[in-house]
Amino acid sequence: MALKASDIKVGDTYEEEVCNNLSRTQIVQYAGTSGDYNPLHSDEIFTTQIAGYPSVFAHGMLSMGMTGKMLTNYVGDGRLKSYGVRFTAQVFPGATLTAKATVTEIREEDGVTIADISVSTTDEAGTEVIKGQASAVID
Amino acid sequence: MAADKFPIEAGHVMMFARSIGDANDIYYDEDYAKGTEPGGIIAPPTFVQASAQFDPNYFLRPKIGEEWFGSAKEATGITKREGSGGGGGGGGGLHAEQHYVYHRQVQVGDVLTATTKPGKSWEKEGRRGGKLMFSESVTEYRDQSGELVVTATSVGVRTEKPATSA
Repeated sequence: MALKASDIKVGDTYEEEVCNNLSRTQIVQYAGTSGDYNPLHSDEIFTTQIAGYPSVFAHGMLSMGMTGKMLTNYVGDGRLKSYGVRFTAQVFPGATLTAKATVTEIREEDGVTIADISVSTTDEAGTEVIKGQASAVID
Repeated sequence: MAADKFPIEAGHVMMFARSIGDANDIYYDEDYAKGTEPGGIIAPPTFVQASAQFDPNYFLRPKIGEEWFGSAKEATGITKREGSGGGGGGGGGLHAEQHYVYHRQVQVGDVLTATTKPGKSWEKEGRRGGKLMFSESVTEYRDQSGELVVTATSVGVRTEKPATSA
């Protein structure tokens, strides 16, 4: 079900926990489906000994994908017009992420009603890992 | 990301949805999807990133018969490669930003093409010293009739040292 303009107002928020105790295996699963096999995401030996990071970490696109799940659950399937993010901190195995949408504007464009939404995903320590924005066609 | 033929397949969409932890039936169940507004199985908003699977030269996939830079007997198979430009990271590069504009929804049955052009590039001083080098690449996904479906803008950053703040 899509959002209705009559049901929302600027400042409304919606949030979801989009992963709990992120596993290395889910990161591997994402590598397999996306095709991004960068060893930084699955190969602890390469990542710590060669690349110099403390641990493997999630693809930014995995965090964006999980955050997108919150967005489509909120605005409805097939309603997004745009979705963009900055990756503001790395996400390591064990992370629990909460993705939040905030309605920033409701406007008319080419005869349809659009909701502009700011997006923020934070980890269990409150560190923002994704900061972005989206717009969606609403009813 | 460049692909001459990026077929949107139901099995791939299902596996991708699983990998992002999205249980929405619209990605799994054709009968359910028929009764929804899109009228069929659509792809999750970030799915076009998986066009990497159909890019013959995608450098973050091990190639048959070629050395791989991840660990095997030693911590790395080969010396790190220089990046392919743009986002996606790897070989010292990381993905800094990703933006999508949806001209229409991607649906199972579509066969897309992906063409990538370099965008802007700029430099910034990192918070803890060291230069950050940003570069943008813009990928257009078009359908079988040449219509634009998704425009994807990726920003990659290359750092002089590992970027971890944790």
